[in-house]
Amino acid sequence: MAELFQTRNTGHTIGRVIVYGLLVLVCFYYLMPLFVMVTTSLKSLDEIRAGNLLSLPQDPNLDAWGKAWSSACTGVQCEGLAGFFWNSVSFVVPAVLISTLIGAVNGYVLTMWRFRGSDLLFGLLMIGCFIPFQVVLLPMARTLGAMGIANSTAGLVFVHVVYGLAFTTLFFRNYYVTIPDELVKAAKIDGAGFWLIFRRIILPLSAPIIVVSIIWQFTQVWNDFLFGVVFSSGERQPITVALNNLVNTSTGVKEYNVDMAAAIIAALPTLFVYVVAGKYFVRGLTAGAVKG
Amino acid sequence: MGALSIRDVRKSYQGTEILKGINLEIEKGELLILVGPSGCGKSTLLSMIAGLDTVTSGEIRIGDRVVNNLSPKDRDIAMVFQSYALYPSMTVRENISFGLEIRKVGKAEQQKIVERVAHTLQIGHLLDRKPSQLSGGQRQRVAMGRAIARDPSLFLFDEPLSNLDAKLRVEMRVEIKQLHQRMGTTIVYVTHDQIEAMTLGDKIAVMKAGEVQQFGTPQQIYDNPANLFVAGFMGSPSMNFIPARVEAMGSGHGVRLESGANTYVFPAVSANGKLKSWEGKEVVFGIRPEQITHKVESGLVGEHMATATMPISLTEPTGPDTLVLVPVNGREVTCRVHPAHARAPGENMDLMFDLSKAVYFDPASELRIA
Repeated sequence: MAELFQTRNTGHTIGRVIVYGLLVLVCFYYLMPLFVMVTTSLKSLDEIRAGNLLSLPQDPNLDAWGKAWSSACTGVQCEGLAGFFWNSVSFVVPAVLISTLIGAVNGYVLTMWRFRGSDLLFGLLMIGCFIPFQVVLLPMARTLGAMGIANSTAGLVFVHVVYGLAFTTLFFRNYYVTIPDELVKAAKIDGAGFWLIFRRIILPLSAPIIVVSIIWQFTQVWNDFLFGVVFSSGERQPITVALNNLVNTSTGVKEYNVDMAAAIIAALPTLFVYVVAGKYFVRGLTAGAVKG
Repeated sequence: MGALSIRDVRKSYQGTEILKGINLEIEKGELLILVGPSGCGKSTLLSMIAGLDTVTSGEIRIGDRVVNNLSPKDRDIAMVFQSYALYPSMTVRENISFGLEIRKVGKAEQQKIVERVAHTLQIGHLLDRKPSQLSGGQRQRVAMGRAIARDPSLFLFDEPLSNLDAKLRVEMRVEIKQLHQRMGTTIVYVTHDQIEAMTLGDKIAVMKAGEVQQFGTPQQIYDNPANLFVAGFMGSPSMNFIPARVEAMGSGHGVRLESGANTYVFPAVSANGKLKSWEGKEVVFGIRPEQITHKVESGLVGEHMATATMPISLTEPTGPDTLVLVPVNGREVTCRVHPAHARAPGENMDLMFDLSKAVYFDPASELRIA
């Protein structure tokens, strides 16, 4: 009996060691580039040329960050990323909020107010999740032109809302499937209508899936490059496009520290959103995963 | 004009008829039970009364209004659901006042109604909790509170007790009955539990496969079941069904029963001559367990009492009674006897059959003969 426990314990320990070993390795693998980026952005150019890629900065300073933010050249102008950062914010925030809200309403209708053909409609909407960006570029350009919002912030918002709808609808629909129908029936008998039920009964239950939708959409829209480069130009370009221009500007010395700082600045908002709301993300993604 | 009348109501889904012409009518203040096995259409019928499901044909009236095309909120009804369906994000107080708020009842008035309802159901101390912080019985009470707050003309209950444990179910059953007596409300109550049906109902509609098998008072349904299904569904343990041959006996008829080595012919005293055309043929002889008991020596022996000695195959003590199983015509027949008189399995026992309430069914059509 004692022996039995012994072997079981040993096996258990070995298993743990392997699991944690792998986790540490994977963490290391993912954190290494970040480490290099952060340290490099804090070094001076001389130090970078002289030193080891992995060494810690001898005299850490934020000069490169300042330059990336306000005076690095992105093509012809040299005003840093600041303007482009706010460009991104100005279309990402409305795009995320609008696509999340419409997704919520879609999901609500597709689960609680089913109609003839609603399952078919949902199936068709799902196809939207599998259409590559490149496919919609030309038709979208024509559409934006026809709507008179080509080359504007509104146009970029529109593109991202349309493209994101398939995903947000999927999230909300699968989440709402787990909410019992009887809630809506009870509210109908209480005298509530479509919007009142949505606002007072359904939305207050939706916090986890709203967080999922916001994180997902924010990451997608903020990190998007292709739509940004195609549907905007000059001063209105998003930060991803500006970052590309900054790194690829070929005049003068290659400033790795500025490039690294700029890349981190461009990535910070998505990191921030994930850190703040991340624990809801996993919870919300798995909720509703069973029923479908 | 009844409080609720349902006239030839039909419902079909994609060509399949789920309700095949339902006719029911109850008066103000009555409690109607819709009872039947799952899939009999009772919940669909309730949904249609509530307006959550459409009527394919026929007419539903609440009071003197035809409500077929009215939305649920305009039908002056309230409903208690099996899952209670309390709004999870609202407190108990908000759950109860939600319907009032929508109907634009003033704040002060809302407050008064909530207090009154909370007092009636003794949930005053729970008013500021969320549904997730309540036990099953408390949620049940809140769900009822939400229904009575609006003081509707018709209450609908959809299997409200089936999520509770056995003990709580009996308690809540009593409370619902008391509430009904005190408030004099009209209630339609769906259940699959025949004990709930018997104890709560003023009227019972026994349903099966989209049809009302029988509609009447609990006692009528218990004593005079219209067919084999109703007879078997109502009552626990259920009625004994014994296939038996009809034989001429004196001026009337009797049924031939064999048990062990003995053969008996019991007079069909309750048949009133309706078995005449069945002479020589087999019928289903139905007798409830409580009508077969131990032999009482003195008194009580009349034409409707028959005695027999039968071998016991099994006993099931329930406490107040012992259920004794004896073989008759190849079936195990349940008898309800006093524990002190029950004999052990393998022994013979003298039993007394009360034939005044025995019923007879056509084995083919399953309809009542007498």
